[in-house]
Amino acid sequence: MAGAALAGCGGKDSGATKSEASANGGSVYWLNFKPEIDETLQTLAKKYTKDKGVEVKVVTAASGTYSTTLTAEMEKSNPPSLFVIGNQQGVKDWGDFALDLKDTAIAKELTTDAYNLTDANGKVVSIGYCYECYGIIVNPDLVEKAGHKMDDIKNFDTLKTVVEDIHSRAEELGFDAFSSSDMDDSSSWRFTGHMANLEYFYEEKAAGKPWTECPATITGDYLPNYKNLYDLCINNSLTAPTDLSAGGHNAEEEFINGKAAFFVNGSWEFAAVSKKVPNAVMIPYYCGVEGEEKAGLNCGTENCWAVNANVSKEDQQATIDFMVWLVSDPDASKTMVEQLGIMPYKNVPTSTNTFLNSLGTLKTENNFKFDGNGNYIMDWATNYQPNVDEYRKDLVSALNAYNADQTDDNWAKVKEAFVDGWAKQFEAIK
Amino acid sequence: MKKTNTKKASFKTGHSSMTKRSLRKWAWLFIGPVFASFIIGFIWPFAQGIYLSFCGKFNVISNARIQGFENYVKAFSDDTFLHAFGFTALFAVVSVVLINLLAFAIAYALTQGIKGSNLFRTVFFMPNLIGGIVLGYLWSMIFDGLLDLWTSQNLVDNATYGFWGLIILLLWQQIGYMMIIYIAGLQAVPDDMLEAAKIDGATKSQTLFRVIIPNVMPSITICTFLTLTNSFKLYDQNLALTGGKPARLTEMLALNISNGYSNMATRGMAQAKAVIFFIFVAALGIAQLAATRKREVQQ
Repeated sequence: MAGAALAGCGGKDSGATKSEASANGGSVYWLNFKPEIDETLQTLAKKYTKDKGVEVKVVTAASGTYSTTLTAEMEKSNPPSLFVIGNQQGVKDWGDFALDLKDTAIAKELTTDAYNLTDANGKVVSIGYCYECYGIIVNPDLVEKAGHKMDDIKNFDTLKTVVEDIHSRAEELGFDAFSSSDMDDSSSWRFTGHMANLEYFYEEKAAGKPWTECPATITGDYLPNYKNLYDLCINNSLTAPTDLSAGGHNAEEEFINGKAAFFVNGSWEFAAVSKKVPNAVMIPYYCGVEGEEKAGLNCGTENCWAVNANVSKEDQQATIDFMVWLVSDPDASKTMVEQLGIMPYKNVPTSTNTFLNSLGTLKTENNFKFDGNGNYIMDWATNYQPNVDEYRKDLVSALNAYNADQTDDNWAKVKEAFVDGWAKQFEAIK
Repeated sequence: MKKTNTKKASFKTGHSSMTKRSLRKWAWLFIGPVFASFIIGFIWPFAQGIYLSFCGKFNVISNARIQGFENYVKAFSDDTFLHAFGFTALFAVVSVVLINLLAFAIAYALTQGIKGSNLFRTVFFMPNLIGGIVLGYLWSMIFDGLLDLWTSQNLVDNATYGFWGLIILLLWQQIGYMMIIYIAGLQAVPDDMLEAAKIDGATKSQTLFRVIIPNVMPSITICTFLTLTNSFKLYDQNLALTGGKPARLTEMLALNISNGYSNMATRGMAQAKAVIFFIFVAALGIAQLAATRKREVQQ
């Protein structure tokens, strides 16, 4: 750990240089972007070094600094051999640094290539090592306590009935419908990033083809559906809409402590939620679109491995060997799955994450993905948001104004940030 | 106070030619480490920054290629940058005036021999010991609590609240520090001058404006310089208190620049903004120093 931390700030790392002389002549340096899995990776790295005698260094970029850390690390004489290219923007920015992973040992381990990222020339720039889903997490016990059945919730209208009923009787029941939808930076991404996905996805679906690059403009045709679900969340919640901009509420705690029956979030919450709400399930974003009874969860990933094309052949080989070990060694892959949910590899154990149980094996038909029950997966079109930080900031401001005063004028401003903002940010980074 | 005279005297007589020679020989040993770290930590990145401001889109610095003045053109046509400029300038004017007036007033009151002066000095200085990020988060809670009493809006919903919130925060943080400088200045006003003014029958306000203020001009120079540059460079308080919300209306220059760095496409422009920012603040600082120095009197 200490070595990794030091290497994070220092220039050349003596440890890694030494390792170049180790067993197979190569070493691994993984620049990880998820702080929450750092501890697991450090343990696995140590184990691998012990078992195989190959030096593995894992450095984790601090939350929100992956892209700047990558910029700095790539410049060094001993750059990461394994890093993350998570979306098409990443392919554009870093694709030149990536080795074509087509037909490599790790690619052969995959059960689906649905989460691989390719560049314009068909080069496999990065491959998904796990995927995640988001939607609405529900506590079925509370729903039933309020006199409803989970099976009743099939689309927006039925969801609305249940939610509004629980909210109206919140005092009597002792819990409310939705946990707080705070708009501070620690929570607003659930609405400006994740929930916004439903609008983009249905635009894609209407067009009959998923986006393969960021479109210059969007239509906003499904914004009324976004409004349906958004309004339902903010107006039937523990926290009044006018208090959301300040933040300071802990939606996760509200949910796991049984104060709210619904929680907008994703599969990574499973570990925290299942301890106290073992029956929790995740339902799709029902928002009033026709045929949404067949809707599935929002599934996708930004967890995609890329191998650095600029490191030595030995290091590349050592890196690929390490990746294969992670997804095939019984102990290592079990640890990985426990941390990451579903990993699309042949030899990994089944996930214990019940939020993802309904998915089964994903199938791809006509460019869209379907889960084992034939429900359509809502892919992560939100990953295409142009100049994402700025785009979301403007959207948060517009939503704050709307939360404070829910008028048509204020919603028009949300639309402006959502639709015109897209075009504006697309221009800004063109 | 005869500080200056004694200093000069010691300079003339204190150094023999022997010590001068060995000083010259060993000076680099002492200056070297600081000089080297100054070059590594400041001069080199600064030069590199200027270079990058002329480059096109880049992921790593070695891939950056000179492109010309395009980033500067883009920076000046960026509405958010121009708005941040105006907002910061207004903020600087208001905070420089208020901080210095209040700090001077408190310093003046605390040098009048009131009981418990030392306790008050400590109390007023304490806010300065808290970091900007912590202050920002704490004050945002205080403001939201207060605003809740008469409006449904929060601090981040309204740019006017945001502006005054930032002003109040900065006043609270900096007045104590400037007060210490003013107290030192006030204590250095020669007693014989004050006594002479008293004997000549000067009123309290005449003494203040004709004797004390001209004598504390060096403190005023340094305090206005510090508050002016601090206001322009303000970053962490801005980030934590409003984060630029709503709609980037309370975004100050430093925050605007760092926001641009996160995206590869706007990185070069952010760098150009940083260069413009540096030139502006440096020019302003020098102009201010020149203007206030002229008013300093020799004791």
